[in-house]
Amino acid sequence: MTITMRGLLGATCLAALAIPAGAETITVATVNNGDMIRMQRLMPEFNAEHPDIQVEWVTLEENILRQRVTTDIATRGGQYDVLTIGNYEVPIWAKQNWLAPLDDMGDDYDADDFLPRVADALTVDGTMYAAPFYAESAMLMYRTDLLEKAGLTMPENPDWDFIAEAAEKMTDKSAGVYGICLRGKAGWGENIALLTAMSNSMGARWFDTDWKPQFDSPEWKATLDNYLNLMTNYGPPGASSNGFNENLALFQTGKCGMWMDATVAAAFVSNPDESTVSDHVSYAPFPVMAGHENHGNWLWSWNLAIPATSTKQEAAKTFVAWATSKEYSALVAEKDGIMNVPPGTRSSLYANQEYLDAAAFATPTLNAIESADTQSPSMQEVPYTGGQFVSIPEFQAIGTAVGQVFSAALAGSTTSDQALSAAQSLVSREMSRAGYPKN
Amino acid sequence: MARASTTQRKAVVTVCAWAVGLVIFFPILWTILTSFKSEVDAIAIPPKFLNFNWTLDNYHDVQERSRYFLHFMNSVIISLGSTILALIIAIPAAWSMAFVPGRRTKDILMWMLSTKMLPAVGVLVPIYLIFRDFGLLDTRTGLIIVLTMMNLPIVVWMLYTYFKEIPGEILEAARMDGATLSKEIIYILTPMAVPGIASTLLLNVILSWNEAFWTLNLTAANSAPLSAFIASYSSPEGLFYAKLSAASTMAIAPILILGWFSQKQLVRGLTFGAVK
Repeated sequence: MTITMRGLLGATCLAALAIPAGAETITVATVNNGDMIRMQRLMPEFNAEHPDIQVEWVTLEENILRQRVTTDIATRGGQYDVLTIGNYEVPIWAKQNWLAPLDDMGDDYDADDFLPRVADALTVDGTMYAAPFYAESAMLMYRTDLLEKAGLTMPENPDWDFIAEAAEKMTDKSAGVYGICLRGKAGWGENIALLTAMSNSMGARWFDTDWKPQFDSPEWKATLDNYLNLMTNYGPPGASSNGFNENLALFQTGKCGMWMDATVAAAFVSNPDESTVSDHVSYAPFPVMAGHENHGNWLWSWNLAIPATSTKQEAAKTFVAWATSKEYSALVAEKDGIMNVPPGTRSSLYANQEYLDAAAFATPTLNAIESADTQSPSMQEVPYTGGQFVSIPEFQAIGTAVGQVFSAALAGSTTSDQALSAAQSLVSREMSRAGYPKN
Repeated sequence: MARASTTQRKAVVTVCAWAVGLVIFFPILWTILTSFKSEVDAIAIPPKFLNFNWTLDNYHDVQERSRYFLHFMNSVIISLGSTILALIIAIPAAWSMAFVPGRRTKDILMWMLSTKMLPAVGVLVPIYLIFRDFGLLDTRTGLIIVLTMMNLPIVVWMLYTYFKEIPGEILEAARMDGATLSKEIIYILTPMAVPGIASTLLLNVILSWNEAFWTLNLTAANSAPLSAFIASYSSPEGLFYAKLSAASTMAIAPILILGWFSQKQLVRGLTFGAVK
């Protein structure tokens, strides 16, 4: 045996010894968001507490992840022991019995500490089927310097008329500054998230109580006209291909006066290492229709859930409990600073004065989440729950199709009336094909 | 005068060729440049071409977070494995179609090609179920099988066209000298078709290396190749363009270098038989 071979053999034995005997390996599927990457980095801390559990990570882009885990769970493939899924999937999958209930998470877990709005969206018939890792709502982020220059003051609860006025006054196209940046990229989680929240705040709804689509209603007409007016007159060029990241880049480089999007953006735009405008950012609630209280009811959470088919339920549960615990928040605060604690899930975080002092966006984020009523999202009566989405399995397909129609209207290839009538007919067709109204 | 115009034309053609080459290469060049920028420089408007602070931080971060070598080895094994398996199946198939065609050979060729017209997602669930039952999910063997199936029509078609160029009389002569069927294929046909086989092999390796539907949908932690490694850096919420570019550069570098060294064979193989 050569020396190299001996060396290799020795290294292999050492590697084998490094994994504790009898260790159970769980596979966690997740998305590539900053908070999830931090969790991966903190794995040595988890292993120190639980040397008998090894964690394998599968990190994927959001849409690929959704397709991948949906295929696996629907076919009972059993590839994953912990899934990162949104509050859109949780109730739908729980009703299919695809998820293991997460009721008994240990004595120290304190499930009552979760913000009620967030916990409600993950609860089916009184049982929680996923543990929230971080949550977000939507709010208005704006440039204080530009608003001041425009001679305006942000009201406590801005309405859409004020937004239009401010957008007009903040726009300076010769300097490359646009009054407003909103999502335009087609997709149920892209422009439709914004437009559905916007429509909620303007009194529109996707369906009436008989599941009849409502795109022919005056409320939807007002919503789309408002959106197109704001974006074509005061928005950046090429907005029909802008999603969260594109708008984030525009806002951080000083090209946007106002931006309405997920609250998680606040941590990026206020970070001086990434943003050139971090000193001039402030926050306000998602706009309402004058005289009303509906702020769009946008609520999204990334949650950890365990597939019912996982054969390593106990180990998976131990991991989920660790990652969503108060101790984990304390660990992040200790290692990376309290500003980086995953936001939006636990009341105790918002009761911590240190956090409120460190993060200027903490209170606006909490207010936005607390005002998001996912149980009755629209100002009118509706047969569904949701918020910036409609909580039915068909929504991914119809949302994306409608998103394409509205994105085309923003690009100028169709008018708002044509877009609404196309949306109405395609949603009517898909809904009757899916067998609605269901009892 | 005639010479001047020829030189002029040559110059124009050369400039055009370089321009087209640059346009095609520009996205890759931009990815490589972005991989050396900070995240702030990566989104700067107007974009920064060369005047930014060059940094290797992204490569460091990617290296720290991911098991690049595991993904790289998976890519090598899967792409080479599926290519070799496809060649082993396709060489006899192409031989029979080129030298002993039956009445239905053309139809079979067309039918094989027609399988490429089916969108892959259409068979995702059946294949997923089969893989689950045979324990092939997240295994390199499973991916080698599925990628072989995916690329087989192209491999057979390419080899068929190369074999058609080889005179059947040579094989006949070998048979007259007592060569058996296997000897005929291994010692006579294969050496004569080496340029064709080499370019088929290279093209198939590139196709398998870049394949990003099956490799993403049938793998989890163990057998994920470089396509999954890239996908893990794409983020819906957060700007990680520089890191994503670093991951992409690391993923395409091996195949870019391989392509560079083998371009002669590739071009020769692809134009094989074009000029008589």
